[in-house]
Amino acid sequence: MKTEDVVRPIPPDIDPGPDHVLGPGHDIATVTDRIAGVVYQPLAKTPKPWFFAFAAAFALLQLLLISATWLFYKGVGVWGIVIPIAWGFAIVNFVWWIGIGHAGTLISAILLLLKQDWRTSINRFSEAMTLFAVACAGMFPILHLGRPWLAYWLLPYPNSMWLWPQPRSPLLWDVFAVSTYATVSLLFWLTGLVPDFATMRDTSKHHWQRVLFGMLSLGWRGSAKHWSRYQMAYLILAGLSTPLVVSVHTVVSFDFAISILPGWHTTIFPPYFVAGAIYSGFAMVITLAIPTRKWFHMEGMITMRHLEAAAKVMLGTGLIVAYGYAMEAFISWYSGNPYESFMYWNRMTGPYWWSYIMLISCNIAIPQLLWIRKVRLNLTALFIISLIVNVGMWLERFVIVITSLHRDFLPSSWGMYYPTIWDWATFIGTIGLFTTLMWLFVRFVPMLAMFEVREDLHHMQHTGAYPPAAPLPAHGD
Amino acid sequence: MNDNAPRTGLYGLMAEFTTPEQLLDAANKTYAAGYRQMDAYTPMPVEGLADAIGFRKHYVSQAVLTAGLTGCVGGFGLLYWISKIAYAHNVAGRPMNSWPAYIPITFECTVLLSALMAVFGMFAMNGLPQPYHPVFNVPEFARASKDRFFLCVEAGDPLFDKERTREFLSALTSYEVADVEN
Repeated sequence: MKTEDVVRPIPPDIDPGPDHVLGPGHDIATVTDRIAGVVYQPLAKTPKPWFFAFAAAFALLQLLLISATWLFYKGVGVWGIVIPIAWGFAIVNFVWWIGIGHAGTLISAILLLLKQDWRTSINRFSEAMTLFAVACAGMFPILHLGRPWLAYWLLPYPNSMWLWPQPRSPLLWDVFAVSTYATVSLLFWLTGLVPDFATMRDTSKHHWQRVLFGMLSLGWRGSAKHWSRYQMAYLILAGLSTPLVVSVHTVVSFDFAISILPGWHTTIFPPYFVAGAIYSGFAMVITLAIPTRKWFHMEGMITMRHLEAAAKVMLGTGLIVAYGYAMEAFISWYSGNPYESFMYWNRMTGPYWWSYIMLISCNIAIPQLLWIRKVRLNLTALFIISLIVNVGMWLERFVIVITSLHRDFLPSSWGMYYPTIWDWATFIGTIGLFTTLMWLFVRFVPMLAMFEVREDLHHMQHTGAYPPAAPLPAHGD
Repeated sequence: MNDNAPRTGLYGLMAEFTTPEQLLDAANKTYAAGYRQMDAYTPMPVEGLADAIGFRKHYVSQAVLTAGLTGCVGGFGLLYWISKIAYAHNVAGRPMNSWPAYIPITFECTVLLSALMAVFGMFAMNGLPQPYHPVFNVPEFARASKDRFFLCVEAGDPLFDKERTREFLSALTSYEVADVEN
């Protein structure tokens, strides 16, 4: 065997526009070199903006550590939570983060089953986003416990007190839903990484990298028998994740819907929570993908096709969310229930009216700009809209949690919620944790699934959707 | 793969190809020539390749189904046992076995066990992790995870004959056929 063939240079990173998932001039070797090249580049050659972004993220992470330490030292009193608003920011943030995670699973699982060609380049990226978002989400209920060191009491385990958790409570369902979701997302992500770690093992020039990636790849050798089992397992994981992702936010919405509080006790919550989750998740994918592709010059891999498709999904799920708001308002009037109609009127005109106005502008009014193709293809506009939707979806959870709790059935138990500096510090700190992990991931792990891009490229060449690579000089010469 | 073969001598002969179509064609011809102990190595899944080398039953789905049913029964059983036997107490007059409330956790347990089986079962059936394998001794094999496609006929095959098999494989590929040492 002789394989000292001419190596094709990596083609320039050109965005092929909104109709193609891959820039021109690639073959299966160059896509591999391009994606792995980001990991292989020397640390000093890392794009400068990455360092600034990482430094900012890392600083915010310290804020999380400080505020968590203070919380553990003083107790939950450092937050603004009061009776009747005992849930406060912790639950707002929990629901927001877990919702953001949902886009990753949607892209990797549901779009795989639907055979969407544009999912391939961004699935690894958004699965990582899922994982880190769920890590941030999972932290909040535990911080909110008051005695977080007793968090394991939530799990059913034999104990000397002979106590068991209450399986009729949606709060216990949540424990199972979120922990299962975190586990399955991690497995999905790691399974996808194994063949890529094998590629890294075989292409790295440094001994320590080969050893490290060799261990991570589990000795993967690309055997046809292995691929056959692997693909079946991957397909099954996608099939399992699809109902799982729907169930997770449904269960999160049950935390609210199963109570009898006006503003929470409504049957539209499960579908509208799931749509909202995907909405915010896609917004976050766009928020992260636009700078990442610019820093690492990945325009030929994460193309306008991906971003435009993500924008369309955002528009679609945004409309479902708008329908959810409209139905909430309609039912609170149509039900004739005085508590319900008071709740909605108070939501719009009460002390938190500003959050409702901002919610409607961020989540419903402004994203309508995405109907215009020019806006969808304008990176700056898309980036800003995605940030606005992120804010809007956070406000949605703020409105649901805070305004519903602060005016319940009895005026004598009404109250107001004023977040403290530690509420904000904890929240902003988790953004630091999330972005720190995300920036480390895009720099040190192949951010796109190399084997899937190769498979896709070969498939496109086969069907004529992508021109075959120009022939190289004959091998072996 | 012949796992019982001694770790000395020849493991097999390996042919290299540049496209999945060439490999698929070669695998079909090799199978038609009567060889059974062989494996193909590719940088990405190739449709029909496992079929071509005569590998049809992977049992992943069956394993996952078993795990899923276990999770389903186990999850529901746990909740039933907790609320009816181990810690039975009256909550607002609801029946001890208020089964509709147990469905979400039962579902999560089903998914959890299925997913664990899909991943760990798949790797276990593939014999991974396995840091050493004879195919890694072929220097060109480093490209099997990037842009080259390989077919290895193993020495354990009854039809295997070093010279004749080499001749047979040489006719299929334009590259030199490599020895795979154990």
